[in-house]
Amino acid sequence: MTNPSQSLIIKMVSRTLAAFIQVFGLYVIIHGHYSPGGGFQGGALLAAGVLLIRMTEGREASQPTLATAIATPLASLGAVIFAGLGVVILFFGGNYMDYGAVPVPGMEPAMIRYYGILIVEVGIGLAVMTGLVSIFDDMVRTNRQSGPDLGKGGLS
Amino acid sequence: MNWILEIFLDILLITTAIVALQAKDLITSAVATAAFGFTVALLFISMGAIDVGFTEAVVGAGIVGVFFVAAIYRTTRKTKD
Amino acid sequence: MKMSKGKKLLGFASLLALTVLLLVAVDSLPKRGLPDAPAHQVINAAGNPGAGAYFIRSAYEDAATPNMVTVVLGDYRSFDTLGEVVVVFAAAIACYLILRRREDEEK
Repeated sequence: MTNPSQSLIIKMVSRTLAAFIQVFGLYVIIHGHYSPGGGFQGGALLAAGVLLIRMTEGREASQPTLATAIATPLASLGAVIFAGLGVVILFFGGNYMDYGAVPVPGMEPAMIRYYGILIVEVGIGLAVMTGLVSIFDDMVRTNRQSGPDLGKGGLS
Repeated sequence: MNWILEIFLDILLITTAIVALQAKDLITSAVATAAFGFTVALLFISMGAIDVGFTEAVVGAGIVGVFFVAAIYRTTRKTKD
Repeated sequence: MKMSKGKKLLGFASLLALTVLLLVAVDSLPKRGLPDAPAHQVINAAGNPGAGAYFIRSAYEDAATPNMVTVVLGDYRSFDTLGEVVVVFAAAIACYLILRRREDEEK
């Protein structure tokens, strides 16, 4: 959590595994139109990759993966992408979240809905990923120098 | 064939729930909760709800376990009752 | 915490009663995947077009997406999904406000 893990095996395995988990998360978001999955699942997988690094490498050393200071603004950005797309559609005269109402030249309403769903999924993925990482960072962040009593070995 | 698998998963579900409730070490409880979440995900998938099962596998077995460990890290590891 | 024997017995009895009630309720639900179930009717009991049959029939024409679960979550019921995201976001903001320490506060 706050300190890096002592075990070389845990470090190497989690470093290797995190990359694959995050690539799978991206695939789940992008390929959600054709296979099970979507923004929430993919975002949670991306967050799981970041949290694996956070738990094994320690909070300070894992900041380059996703800094705590930008996690919360990115979560807001994801929520704004989702809600803002609905508001944009209101200006074109459609109902909230009725993607087909946006007039895009040379595209039939079904394809506009297709891309609207894609934008929404990316927004959900961003919001869920950075939101979960932000919650984790706030939970392990402690201003006490010595951690609580965890028994022998502790939690790294 | 499918119902044998479901009976096995049901027994596993109840076992992990009882372990999570009765364990004195809260880390054990967190791991048992993650196992419970994964069993629920397998049950969902056996019923044909792939998307729900996927969400449950990622959130219930992965993220919730990590959050429980983080919460235990900030508080105490042993339970009194 | 020690509980008295009567309280423990009462708790066990109420748990047993709840279990029996839930099992009876589950048993009287329509069987899984039954085409005659009320939720799968094209015209539902109130005489309106049923939602489930409409989604299954027209999801591909409406959004050109083969996975109809994605269409329901992202298009037909996107307001529900917005609520889902708002829940996660509200949890993140609550943790931020309650737990995060500023840098100058840390010493």
